[in-house]
Amino acid sequence: MTEPITADLEPVDEFRVRARRWLSDNLTPAPPDQHGETGKSEASWQRAKQLQRLLYDGGFAGICYPKEYGGLGLTPEHQRVFSEESRAYEMPLALNIPTLTICAPTILDMGSEEQKRTHLPAVLRGEELLVQFLSEPRGGSDLAGLTTRAERRGDSWILNGAKIWSSGAYAADYGLCLARTDWTVPKHAGLTMFLVPVHAPGVTVTRITQVDGSREFCQEFFDDVVLPADAVLGEVDGGWETTNRQLFHERTAVGGASPYASGVQTHSGRDVSGLVELARRTGQLDDLRVREDLGEARALNMVHDQLIGHITRGVGAGAFVPAAGSMVRLFSARNAWLQADMAVRIAGAAAVTGADADDAGSGQAGQDYLLRQAWSLAGGSTEMARNIISERVLGMPREAAADRGLPFDQVEHGR
Amino acid sequence: MDFELSADQRLFRSTTREFLARSVPLDVVRGLAASGVGFDRQWWRRGAELGWTAPLVPERLGGGSVSDVPMADLALVAREFGRACAPGPLVTTSAVLTSLVREENRFGDLLAAVRSGETIAAWSHYEPGHGLGTAAVDTVAVPEGTGFRISGVKDRVECGDQAQVLLVSARGPHGPVQVLIAADAPGVTVTPTWTLDLVRRTAKVSFVDVVVGEDAVVQRYPGETTAALEAQIQVAAALTAAESTGAAEYAFELTVRWMFDRYTFGRQLASYQALKHRAAEHKTSLEACRATAWAAANAFQGDPIRTAEAVSVAKSYVGAVVPGLLQDCVQIHGGIGVTWEHDLHLYLRRVTLGRALYGTPEEHRRRLTDLLDRKVA
Ligand SMILES: Cc1cc2nc3c(=O)[nH]c(=O)nc-3n(C[C@H](O)[C@H](O)[C@H](O)COP(=O)(O)OP(=O)(O)OC[C@H]3O[C@@H](n4cnc5c(N)ncnc54)[C@H](O)[C@@H]3O)c2cc1C
Repeated sequence: MTEPITADLEPVDEFRVRARRWLSDNLTPAPPDQHGETGKSEASWQRAKQLQRLLYDGGFAGICYPKEYGGLGLTPEHQRVFSEESRAYEMPLALNIPTLTICAPTILDMGSEEQKRTHLPAVLRGEELLVQFLSEPRGGSDLAGLTTRAERRGDSWILNGAKIWSSGAYAADYGLCLARTDWTVPKHAGLTMFLVPVHAPGVTVTRITQVDGSREFCQEFFDDVVLPADAVLGEVDGGWETTNRQLFHERTAVGGASPYASGVQTHSGRDVSGLVELARRTGQLDDLRVREDLGEARALNMVHDQLIGHITRGVGAGAFVPAAGSMVRLFSARNAWLQADMAVRIAGAAAVTGADADDAGSGQAGQDYLLRQAWSLAGGSTEMARNIISERVLGMPREAAADRGLPFDQVEHGR
Repeated sequence: MDFELSADQRLFRSTTREFLARSVPLDVVRGLAASGVGFDRQWWRRGAELGWTAPLVPERLGGGSVSDVPMADLALVAREFGRACAPGPLVTTSAVLTSLVREENRFGDLLAAVRSGETIAAWSHYEPGHGLGTAAVDTVAVPEGTGFRISGVKDRVECGDQAQVLLVSARGPHGPVQVLIAADAPGVTVTPTWTLDLVRRTAKVSFVDVVVGEDAVVQRYPGETTAALEAQIQVAAALTAAESTGAAEYAFELTVRWMFDRYTFGRQLASYQALKHRAAEHKTSLEACRATAWAAANAFQGDPIRTAEAVSVAKSYVGAVVPGLLQDCVQIHGGIGVTWEHDLHLYLRRVTLGRALYGTPEEHRRRLTDLLDRKVA
């Protein structure tokens, strides 16, 4: 979005027509259930990469990315229109979070010219997957309190430590990894962001099973991983600034408002057709209570979209501080709760027992319910979002922090 | 939404806000409550001069919209009414105007009188024991000459005791019809009813063999009547959503200020995370209310199904969220919050009324599912 909007851009309406035709000529209908993180197999990653390549070759990848890095240099409005048109088709949704909507935009904002030219076109062609190495076993909310370390040795860096909860790292090529490079200064000042090749010697990736049985989460161990000087993203010891851009993109993406996505982000349950189908199949579509539930789910989805528009325009106009994006993040969690709860209410006993756990309506409702809180934790917890809203939007006093101003090597740590 | 307003809209809004602040500050509202009259007729005429009755009326009939999106103008006024907890027949008048405007050739005089604030016209559709549906009408209209003989009972008629004219829906031999009935016509009995709000009054109105001539029949064909009723419901619901949003907005601002001013254990309330987090939730809900109420107001000129959907989304969401938000504002105020002296209850009254009238959240959610079905079918 760094490009100025110029008059010679293709009008949005023409773009829509062209996109509609291209999509119907080149893509296949969306598979019935694209929700959740479940069921990502090796084949599904390959498929997502293929689809992204198809978009790239067709001239519809990276709508809001600048042209010089392989994008189209168009506006968020073009992106919105394309997302709408593409809703009915199979799209490379698996690449959105975090590759397309979080990591790549961070490189775009903070990377060197060479890093942008190396990574962004590869991402847009579906050749490179990027993930986030932020959270650590000792704590994710207190991100700047991390203890993974990188030490300078000549022209390179030696990385040691561990990261956790990184989604999709087993399939990735690079991780944006925040590490401590100076222990003698307060915590935010001694951090550096690195682009770590996931397959470099010394990196071990293990998978963690989630409550619904899926295995998206990973843990990484770094043992004397050697990184070249140009692996630094942003400034040495200036990693917090890079992280702030990354967290901004993350909040936007998790709230469903990123302009960098390929297709609609469905994880927060933005479509009620699944619920309607569930009600139909369980014979309850005429039940008044169920009809109220369906209406409520539909209303919340629409309010979610309206809020995204309202906050995006408000931030654009300077009426809201950028931190107002946390309201979208909080709302998306509420919406995810509501949609998951409604599915369980409507499915009734079918959510917990029956012939087929994979049955895309009923058994799935129970499985999804187990993972209900994931969207209030991923991308920063809703508690952190509430801190941000109360402190930066409403101007309320900041939480006391026992480590404020203290050199990091004097800060107390828990388990 | 404020940042999206044109200069004209901003002016219109600030004129309304200042006039309300000057003419009906909350002590005046309390006085109106005590006096037994909901609002002052002369005051309403001055509001009409400021343009409150103008947006839905075409320019050639003395109306006009400052933004060319009449419902957006009206939503701005409604929001200010909410912020000020103002009295007056804004919602009911607007609902009636939508119909008079459709039939402007036949009802030009009445239109002008309602427009100027001279005449108060009240929307009379709800019936005892019935919800919002366009079909839920037991009042009968028996043909008599070229007009009808009307019998039945209406309730929840806003400003029914202040109105000179009632727009009444009834069941004719071929389906619903709508007629205008003078409040003092023979056979009409108006009984003011108790209302939770201090100044937004309702009445019960009964009709016994009230005869109206052809000149008082606004709609006589079922399809047209249903469409007209639907438009009235949508206007009332959208304005109520905007009004409740304004009321909640003001109550929340009051509460945030209180959180900064009030100290316990040597700290501001605003420094406690448990309270900060609730404030963050409410702020998010409020922005969502503003977004959806504004979207509903701006949806009126588009595709009718989308309009219906946007209105029901806003009315159900705002109606469901705002009363709880107000209750938590009371909680954060502590003991003072449940006193008659404190202003919060005026707002709690207003939004509780707003939740219940012109479609509860449950009713609007069912309407949304009906619309979904329609799209699927
Ligand atoms: C589906 C999913 C995907 C994820 N993907 C990634 C990824 O790709 N890469 C990555 O690096 N991380 C990822 N995460 C990790 C995520 O960012 C963290 O889980 C999150 O930031 C919370 O950190 P934590 O789990 O360490 O909890 P903690 O920080 O230990 O917090 C525990 C609880 O305490 C609350 N809490 C903590 N501090 C405060 C405070 N100051 N005030 C009030 N409450 C507080 C938290 O909100 C939480 O409820 C993912 C998480 C999920 C669920």
